[in-house]
Formats: sequence, C-alpha cells, structure tokens
Amino acid sequence: MWEKRRLSVVGLGLVVLLLISGDILGAAQPTEAAQDGFVPMGEIPPEDQLPAAPLLVAAYAIVWALAIGYLWTIWRRLAEVEKELADVARRVEERESVPENG
Amino acid sequence: MNRFLQVAWLVVWKDLRVEARSKEMLFTTLFFAISIVLVFSFGFVRAGQAVEGAAAGILWIAMAFSGTLALGRAFERERYHDALRGLLLAPVDRPAIYLGKLVGLLLLLSLVETVVAVLVAFLFGVPFFRHGWWLFLMLSLGTVGFASVGTLFSAMLVRTRSRTVLLPVLLYPVTIPVLIMGVSGTTALVQAEPDLAMARLWISLLFFFDTVFLTLALWTFEPVMTE
Amino acid sequence: MHRRLFPVLSGLSLCFFLVAPVLIVGAPYESTMGLVQKIFYFHFPAWMAMFLAIFILGISSGVYLFRRKPSADRLAVAAAELAVVFGLMGLITGPLWGIKAWGVWWQWDARLTMAVVLELILVAYLLLRQYGGAGSDRLAAGLGLFAMANVPFLYISTEIWRTVHPRTSVVPTLPVDFGVPLWWSLVGFIVLCLSLLSVRCRLEEQRAMLDQLYLAVEEE
Repeated sequence: MWEKRRLSVVGLGLVVLLLISGDILGAAQPTEAAQDGFVPMGEIPPEDQLPAAPLLVAAYAIVWALAIGYLWTIWRRLAEVEKELADVARRVEERESVPENG
Repeated sequence: MNRFLQVAWLVVWKDLRVEARSKEMLFTTLFFAISIVLVFSFGFVRAGQAVEGAAAGILWIAMAFSGTLALGRAFERERYHDALRGLLLAPVDRPAIYLGKLVGLLLLLSLVETVVAVLVAFLFGVPFFRHGWWLFLMLSLGTVGFASVGTLFSAMLVRTRSRTVLLPVLLYPVTIPVLIMGVSGTTALVQAEPDLAMARLWISLLFFFDTVFLTLALWTFEPVMTE
Repeated sequence: MHRRLFPVLSGLSLCFFLVAPVLIVGAPYESTMGLVQKIFYFHFPAWMAMFLAIFILGISSGVYLFRRKPSADRLAVAAAELAVVFGLMGLITGPLWGIKAWGVWWQWDARLTMAVVLELILVAYLLLRQYGGAGSDRLAAGLGLFAMANVPFLYISTEIWRTVHPRTSVVPTLPVDFGVPLWWSLVGFIVLCLSLLSVRCRLEEQRAMLDQLYLAVEEE
C-alpha cells in the first residue's frame, strides 16, 4: 500500500515540477536579433535561424517524461505482481483451511 | 598447463576430423563470404566504378558476417545426442574446451579471410599486399578478438530458444570496437600514403582488446556453462 | 531495506531537481551556443548516470556469475533497464542540442557513436533476458560483464577514430559559473538513478517471491 500512495505523491510532485521549470525557463528567453545579409562566419553565431528555446524546453521535457514514464511503468508492473502475490497467498490459505473438512 | 593444452588440442583434432569428412562448414562459409563480397561490390558502386575507400570496410564486414555464420554452427554438432553434456562432464578444465573450439574456428576463418582478402584486392584494386605482413597481423588480431567473444556467446546460447537470432544481436554491438579498429587500421595501410604509425596504433589496441576479452572469456566460460 | 530507501532517495532527487532550474537559469550563456547550451546541464549528467548504471551492471553481473547471489542478478536487470532509459535521455537531448550547435541532427561524433553502441549492447541484454528462455540469467550476466569491459575500448577507439576527421563542434570549457549547475544536476541525476534502481530492484524481488510461491503451491 505504501508504494502506491508514495509513488503517486512523487509522480504528482514531478509533474508539478515540470510545469514550474517550464515557466522559469520560459521567462529566461533572450530576444533574437534578426540577421541582414550574408556574413561569412567560422562558427555559428549566437543569434540563429533556429530558435533555441523550444529545443531547450523540448530537451528538458523529454528528460522529465522519460523519468516519470519509466517510474510509472515500474509502478504498474509492481502493482500487477503484488496483486498476483495476494491472489496466490489467498489461494494457499484457502487450500490450507480445507483439510479440516476431510 | 600441459594437460590444458592437450585437451584443447584434442577438441581441435576432433573438430578437424569431423569436418574433414564432409567439409560442410568450410565450403558453405567460404561461399557465403564470397557472396557477401560480391553483394557489396554491387551495392557500393557509383557510376560503374567501385566506391573509394569501401574495400577495407567490405573486408572486415565479410569477416564479421561469415564469422557469425561459422560461430552459429560451432557448437551445432554438440547439440545432438547430448554430446555437449558429455563434453562438459569430462573431467577436464572447461576453458580448455573453449580454447579448442576457438582454435578450430580461427583455422576456418583464416582460410576464409585469405580468400576474401585476395578477392577484395582483385575486385577493388586495393594494394592489400603492399604491407602484407601488417595486414596479416591486423586481420589475425581482429579475427581473434571477434572469435573469442563469439565462441563464448555461441557456447552460451547453445541451449537457448532464439539462439540463431540472438547470436548476432549480442555479438555485433560488443565487437564493434574490433570493427572500428580493424577498418581504420586497414584504411591506414592501403591509403595513398600509408600511415604506418596509425596502423601500429590500431594493431596495439587490437592486441589489447584481444588480451582483455580472451582472458574474460576463459574466465567466464566455466560459470556460464554450468547448469 | 528498499522500503526505506526509495522514499528517501526520491525525495532527495526531487530536492535537487527543484533547485536545478534556478541554478541553470542563473548560469551564464555560453558565448557561441547561447541558450541551447543549457541542454548540457541535463545531457551530461544523463550520460554519467548511464555510466554509473553500466558499472553497477558489470559488477553485479560478475558477482552473480561467480557467487550465484540472486540479489546480484536482480540488481543487474534493474541497472540494465536504467542504463537504457538514461541512455535514451542522452541520445535524445544530444541531437536537440546538435541541431542548433552543429546544424545537423546527427554527427558521427566520438561520444555519440560510443553512446549508440552502448545503448545497442544494453538493449541486446534486455532482449536476451526477455526472449532467451531458461538459463538466460547466467548468459546475460556474461554479457553484462562484457559490456562493462567494453566501455574503455569503445571510448578509446571512437575517440581516436573521430579525431582523425575534423570536428566542427565547439567543446565548452568549464569555468566555475558553468560548473555549479552542472555538478548540482549531476548529483541530482545520480540520486535519481539510485532511487529508480531501488524501486526497480523491489519489483524483481516481488517477482522472485511470486515465483517461489508458485513453486510452493505446485509442490502441494
């Protein structure tokens, strides 16, 4: 029982965290300067055609999703196994109580 | 030590004698390797000419593929009539059995690779034999590395359900360093200005790999094969 | 043991991950890569967590192979799964960073190559355990040992292989301002790894208990 409650609290906390971090990171976007004309450069300039913020948010979101998703799969498998354990334990008990009638 | 080597030699001798009768593994593996080379030579063609630099890769891929084929059948004969259990029950050092199997496989593969190297040199016009001894050393070390891991995995999987598909699945990722080292080294040897220093570096890395993994395989053969 | 371990560890990792965004936002922008470089603070620790998991996999595989302790086998399975998950994190965040920093989704960078190969080996491990049938626990233990032994060779060979060809990535140096959020995230990831390990091990324990119970029932 402790696993389900604790795991759900942890899962909820992690989801909240995801939303919060998305907010914080969103507030930290720099303004993108536009580029006029071609300027040969040796390295990629800080301002670029590709906006960086969506990539950054996507990266963090995926890390969170993988962590939480994996935790959820463990939780699900654990719940299944524990249900089966309870089932089998119950059957063993029932079988042990039968010989009284024999 | 003597007894260990004796047992290993007995295993090699047994395999050679059985193989000498039908020569099945030799011919089929050889033919398969040649087909691979031909398939690649058709695949890697640009404007009617062979692609530059593909020869080294094709040589090593042919080794890897035909090696996997041979490895898959290395313990095949022992699967029947409980021969494997008989072999394992013998009062001998089990790693000696592994070594015997490995040597047998190396003999087969060296024959196949010689033919393949000549064929690739012919089809792609690469100067493989300009630094023949370096290439020989590199191929030998690479094959030892590949086969030492492969023989262990093949033995491990002999009683497993999906062994034919699991062997390549397990073997290729683990032996990728061998491929990288071998192909890079061979390229260094056959390029326009051969880079012997790089080739020596790759050869020493291959030697290091072989030492580590051969030792590991000898060490783990016993516990892995015990029921 | 695991009952107490998981809540403690997960709570701890939660603390780390709560503070991490603050530190990451506070870190200076890298001069050539700007904002997207901040993926680094999760990307690098994900790899370190994967290496930790592979290390645990190798050691516990060895222990299981030579000492036959069932707990070592359970730990090995858990570690392998975790290594795959953290490896995925690294493999996904990498290209997201790369498309901005290099202009391409993929590049045969030494680290990326090694990462892909390691991920392959680990997936092969999981496939073996899933489809190998009876006795695959020992075989997998052998594979786990080989996987750990392979890490230095993969590193060396891919490193040398790729430095021969010119690289276009800018490898960031690490002054203190970058270091603090990095080490913070690193610790957070390691604690997360250990916490997930503990709960995954518990799953294996319960499965083993179930198997034993079934065996006991059949014997009656």
